[in-house]
Formats: sequence, C-alpha cells, structure tokens
Amino acid sequence: MAVDTQAPSRGFIGASYRTCPETGLKVCSQAEALIKVNAVVAVVFLAVGGLFGLMVALTRWPAVHLLPADWFYLLLTAHGADVLLFWIVFFEVAVLYFASAIILNCRLAAPKFAWLAFVLMVVGAVLANIAVLQGESSVMFTSYVPMQAAPHFYLGLIVFAVGTLIAVFCFFGTLVIAKEEGSYEGSVPLVTFGAITAAIIAVFTLASGAIILIPTFLWSVGYISHIDPLMYKIIWWGMGHSSQQINVSAQVAIWYAVAAMLLGAKPLSEKVSRMAFLMYILFLQLASAHHLLVEPGVSSEWKIFNTSYALYLAVLGSMIHGMSIPGAMEAAQRRNGFNNGMFEWLRKAPWSNPAFSGTVLSIVIFGFLGGITGVIMGTEQLNLIMHNTLYVPGHFHATVVGGTTLAFMAITYLLVPLIFRREIVFKKIAQWQPYVFGAGIAGISLFMMGAGTLGVARRHWDIGFADAAMSFDYPATAFLMMGLNGIAAICAALGGLMFVLVVVASVFFGKQRTAESIAAFPTLPKTGSAETVTSYGSESHVKLPGTIVLVSVFFVAFVLYYYVNWKYLSEVWPLS
Amino acid sequence: MSDQSTGSGGAPEERVPAMQRLLDNPFLLLFMGVASPAVLYLIWGVMELSQIPLSP
Amino acid sequence: MAITPPQNRLWWKEPLSGVEITWIGVAFIWGLVMFGTMVSWHFVGKQNLSNETYRIDPNAFGEKVEAMTERYQVREEGDTGVPVVRPPPGSDIYMLSRLWEWWPVLELEKDQTYRLHLSSMDWQHGFSLQPQNINVQVHPGYDMVLTITPDKSGEYAVVCNEFCGIGHHTMVGKIHVVDKK
Ligand code: HEM
Ligand SMILES: [Cu+2]
Ligand SMILES: [Cu+2]
Repeated sequence: MAVDTQAPSRGFIGASYRTCPETGLKVCSQAEALIKVNAVVAVVFLAVGGLFGLMVALTRWPAVHLLPADWFYLLLTAHGADVLLFWIVFFEVAVLYFASAIILNCRLAAPKFAWLAFVLMVVGAVLANIAVLQGESSVMFTSYVPMQAAPHFYLGLIVFAVGTLIAVFCFFGTLVIAKEEGSYEGSVPLVTFGAITAAIIAVFTLASGAIILIPTFLWSVGYISHIDPLMYKIIWWGMGHSSQQINVSAQVAIWYAVAAMLLGAKPLSEKVSRMAFLMYILFLQLASAHHLLVEPGVSSEWKIFNTSYALYLAVLGSMIHGMSIPGAMEAAQRRNGFNNGMFEWLRKAPWSNPAFSGTVLSIVIFGFLGGITGVIMGTEQLNLIMHNTLYVPGHFHATVVGGTTLAFMAITYLLVPLIFRREIVFKKIAQWQPYVFGAGIAGISLFMMGAGTLGVARRHWDIGFADAAMSFDYPATAFLMMGLNGIAAICAALGGLMFVLVVVASVFFGKQRTAESIAAFPTLPKTGSAETVTSYGSESHVKLPGTIVLVSVFFVAFVLYYYVNWKYLSEVWPLS
Repeated sequence: MSDQSTGSGGAPEERVPAMQRLLDNPFLLLFMGVASPAVLYLIWGVMELSQIPLSP
Repeated sequence: MAITPPQNRLWWKEPLSGVEITWIGVAFIWGLVMFGTMVSWHFVGKQNLSNETYRIDPNAFGEKVEAMTERYQVREEGDTGVPVVRPPPGSDIYMLSRLWEWWPVLELEKDQTYRLHLSSMDWQHGFSLQPQNINVQVHPGYDMVLTITPDKSGEYAVVCNEFCGIGHHTMVGKIHVVDKK
C-alpha cells in the first residue's frame, strides 16, 4: 500500500488540494471525493435497510402482522446486513478518510486503492443483497452453520470485507504520509487517535471474518464437508462483535469531534482520553464472548475473563469517555460565558443545531440504554435470562442505532457544508430530526427490552404460536410491548426518513456555500475558547459540577439496574 | 509546562515519556490490538473447543 | 481541541484534575465489583451453567433419547401425539431438538434434581424455557448437560429462540413439573 508514499513531500504530482474557507485546512480532493461517495452509498443502505426494519417491526406488532413468514425472515436478514454492515461500514470508511487526510491536513495514501476498495465494497454489498432478496439466503446476517445460504451470499460478504480491509490500509498509509511529510506537529489529534482505535479493531474484525467466511463459502459450494457450529460461532463473533467495537470507537471519536467543532471543547486531559482508547484497543474485542455465554463447550473461566473485557477495563474506558466528553463540553461552555448555576452551560447549548442535539442524544441513549444493558447482558449468569430474547435487539438498537447511527447522522450535518459545500436545506426538518429519530429509537429499545424481559424470542414471526402443535401464551403485557414497539418504530422510521430527505436534498439540490453564507452561518461557530484557554495544568481546570451530577446519576442507575437483574436471576430454577 | 519547543527549533528537548511514545505509534498499537484478542479470545477459545471430550 | 494536535508537546506529563481521578477510581472499583459478583455467584449463587459438554453424533444422541422415552413414557400429548416421559428423579433426562419440535415432553417432580441433556439433530436451536425465561443455545454434535432442580410446579413451554428456518415460530415443546404424589 505504501507504493506512492515515497513521493516528494508536499507538492507531489497528482495530489490536488483546495483550502477550506471555514477551517483553513488543506483538503485533498481525492479524500474529499471518496468521503462523498462512501457517505452517499452509506445513506442509501440506511434508507433501504431502515425501510426493511420498519416492515419487520410492523410484522412483529401482533395486531398488524404485516408480512408473511418467509418475507419476514428474508427482510430481517436483509435489514441486519444492510444497516449493521453496509450503512455503518461505508460511513466508517468515510470517517476514517476524514480523520486522517482531512484532519491531518494531508493527502490520502494510494487513492487508486481507495477507489478499488470502494468498488469492491459496493459489489460485495450488492451481491449479498441479491442473494438475500432471491430468497435462498434467509439465514439472518449471522448465518449460523449448519444452516446454509447461497454461495454468493458468503462471497458478497467476503468481497465486501476485502474492500474494507483495503480502505483501512489506505487509512494507515495516510497516517504514515502525514508523519513523513510533517503535516502536523507532535501527536495526532484525539479524534484521529479514536479513528486509529477503530481501524485497529477493524483489522482484527476483518481477519476473523476472513478466517471463518472463506471456509464457509467453500463449504457452501461443496469443497468442505463440515463446519463445526461452535468453532464457527467463536470466530464469527470475533468479527460480528468486534465490528460493533469499531462503531463504538468511531462514534466516541465523533462525539469528541462535534464537541470540539461546535463548542470549542477540548479534552479535559489528552492522557486520560487516550488511555481510555488504549483500553479499547487492548480489551474491547474480548467482548465477542458476549454471544457465547450460554453455549456448550466453553468454560466459565474463558467466559468470565473475556466477557468482562479483562476485569471490565474496556468498560472503564467507556466510563472515562462518558465523563470526559460532557466534562469537556461543560468546561468549554463555562469558558464561553455560561457560568450560572449547575446547568446553564447545558441549557444554553445549541440545541437547535442537529449536529449538537444528535450528538448529545447519541451519548445519552448509548450510555443509559445501550451501555448499561450491554454490561448486564454480558454478565455470564445474567445472560441466561436474556439470551436470544428480544432484550438483545432492544439493547443493540440503543447502541448501534441510538448511539452510532445517531452520531453518524449528527456529524453528517457538519460534513454536508464542509465537504459537500452545500447549505442544509429544510432547516426546520433537520432541526427536529434527531429528536424524532432519537425518541423512536429509545422507544423501540425500551419496548423490545421490555418484551425480552417477559421472555419474547427474537427473530420470531408469531408469538401467538398459531401453527404450533403445542400452545403457549406469553403474558398480555408482552403483546402490548410489541404494539408499542410498532408505534415507536414508525416514529423512528419517520426520523430516518427526515434524515435521508434532508441529506439527499441538500447534497443534490442545496445551494453552494458562498463566502457570504459562510460568514453569516459558519458551520463551526467562533467560540473563541480554543485559542484563549491557557495551556494545560491545574490552574486552568474549571470546576465541573454539572458533569459530576450527570455521571453520578448514571452510576446510580447502573448499579441499581445491575442488581435488579441479579434479583430476577435468583428467582429462576436452580441449575448447575 | 515550560517546555514549549515543538521540534523545529532544534533546542534540546525533554524526552517524550515512554507511554506517550507508545500511544503515538499506531503500528505498535495495531500489533497489540490484534494480538490481545487473538490470544485471549480466539486461541484460548478454540483450544477449549478442541478439548471437549467424546460422549461416554 | 480534539481535532487539532495536543497543544502541549509532552501532554503525558499534564496533571489530572481531582474529578477525573475520582471518577476513574470509582469506575475501576465498580469493574472489580462486577467481576467479583460474577465469580462469586459460582460459589454462592444457584444459577450457573455446569460447563459439562460432550461431543456426540446426532444419531447416537437420538438413540439415547429413544431409549429413555421407551422406558419411561406415561402418555401422549398435543396435536401430533408427542410422548410424555416421566423419568425417575436424579436420572439423566434428554430432550432433543429438530426441525421443528422439542422431543419428547418431560414430566418432572418438583424440587428433584435431574441431569438434563440437550442437543440438536440438525441445525442450531434455542432452548427458551417459559415463563421462567431460562435460555440456552443448543448445537448439533454437542451434548450439553444442565443439572436442573425445578422448584415450582406447573406447565412450562420450551420455545425455540434461535432462528431455525421457516418453521421456527412453530417449534414449541413442553415440560411439566408436578408435585410429588
Ligand atoms: C427505522 C429504524 C429501525 C427499526 C424500526 C428497526 C427495527 C428492528 C426490529 C423490529 C428488529 C427485529 C427484532 C427481531 O425480531 O429479532 C430489528 C433487528 C435488527 N436491527 Fe433494526 N431497526 C431499525 C434500524 C436499525 C439500524 C439503523 C440498525 C443498525 C445500525 C439496525 C440493526 C438491526 C440488527 C443488527 C437487527 C438484528 C437482525 C437479526 O436478528 O438478524 N436496525 N430491527
Ligand atoms: Cu428451532
Ligand atoms: Cu428456531
């Protein structure tokens, strides 16, 4: 990948730049174009996959029961793949290019390979979609063996993964170029460090994917006779869960980025934030074990050590970010003059800016709904009362939709003016979008978790068991939960639609940004704080009473809910 | 925080602490970030699977 | 700012504020507490998995299930006439999963302990005991042993909660827990 990194520093042939009128950064035109195409394709998959999600949710609403069973399982498979893999990963590639070439003020390494990566990813994603929509591959995106999909389903995923791996290498190559050409001084910015974390996790993720998907593909065409289902599951989740950790790292990086861009927030401590990312690099991926806690054949020692990310050190990392980001916001706002009382800094924050509101909602939904429930489900014994119930999708819609997707949406409101250089159109819709989407997602998370607590199975077409030889009735509350889930899903889908509408309209029909409009509505408001704050050191630390209250509330909620679940567990049949 | 030279001046610089150098080295981090789960999660896990006894 | 390189070249040497140190300490200790809770539940808690698993050929497992069923069948149940089996307390009991049923129906005595063997004849299935809400994964080729002590009498359903094809939502089995006669 390092082929053309040897070019003479700066002005090498072929790299063209523009200077960003809003930030003064040099913007590599190749990086810019690649960010655009990756982001646009990402949004297409979000739109398609989100629609499937709505249809799935409406089917699970017993009073509506929209789709027939075969279509339900088919679209559920497509929903998982399109949103979890394709929307997220395409957008992540855009984030990687942004965090390297743009933020480091340098050219993108090997743009030809980056384009190749893009093409492979598109081909792979389309191929996998074709396989699923043809109906022979309704295996869920986890495709647990010995259930078998059509060969081109696996092939699509493999091609997609190869493309992604190339993109990740282009990111690492860009880091090398930036360093060699001295496009920045000292250490990389924290946001880039977060992106490095994401990219590192991506390497392990993609390697695991290759180890398991290639043999599975060969098995589907008949070259291999048997794939062990437990072996498959361990390695598959090395990919499946680690990919969620890429999301976490990328989304945390975005939280820092938005706080910096909109409020001029700077990390309370570079050291602490980077150590928190280091905890991610070392331990976050161990949590792939979350999916094997009630599996036969793996010992409790392995389960406990891995599921706890080695003594919860990665949770420590998340809890650090969870305090240092609001803390950085509070510090910045107080320096910006909002110093009254406990929460003026929060009240007077730019709530009507969707980039800001989306970020804050992402932090709150991820932390309170996604994070706490994730740790609880990931507790060896507690998993017994949750595994494969709707509690699981409830949890991960809080993390990967409320957290990651909302964070990606939030930063899109900054990318459109900065990278696409278009005005956001339908400003009112944009302003409300994060709230509508956030409310819907919080709703589906809570209602699915509620239904899961009552035992309702995930990936299940008929909780009334009408066609079953034996009967069983879930409690009536479970049916109520599924109805409420359907209503919340409509709200979430509406929020998603608003997003797609605003982005597509802005990118294709929005007014070009001009010098006047930049002066009138700067994307990055002049907060004045970034320059004026003194260097680090205790004397410049402001007090952060608001943040202390917020993290205390979080902590109490965490501890209480954790032990409530142990109480539930203690009431079921003894087993050993 | 008296030391504010940024490398271009050529003034004698305070050594960068080891931990900071580690965090500034993406490829070392890459190695650690792949080795840790490969050993603790994958290899350990696969070893356990390979030791499951046959049914008596 | 977080999008620019640290202002201070030697940022590692910056002091931490008290708030940060406290929060890190609290979070670290909480992590140890959660870890300790999980470990100690193995000693003081009553709900743990046994870790007892064997490799087994699906047909061999099927034979064991048949043998138990033949020996202890007491009646039939359901539209399809699934045998109901009442094995003696303390014994090894079996339930197999296949597309799309749990077989046979078990009848157990309250407060007695059994060694329940679970395995699949074909794909993966999810053993979801309702309304208890105990959920474990069932694999073909592996015999998972759970030592269970049903402590409430009643009728329990075994729902499949791992997607197993188009009949997945029709896959329901039964376990009866009865008071000692
Ligand atoms: C309009 C927004 C959305 C709605 C209404 C929605 C709704 C749902 C529902 C009802 C399920 C099925 C649960 C089950 O039966 O097991 C589901 C599954 C899932 N959703 Fe979503 N979802 C939405 C957006 C997203 C997004 C943006 C992502 C990822 C970033 C996502 C990831 C997933 C995944 C991975 C599954 C699991 C699929 C499987 O079990 O194989 N969803 N969603
Ligand atoms: Cu099943
Ligand atoms: Cu099933």
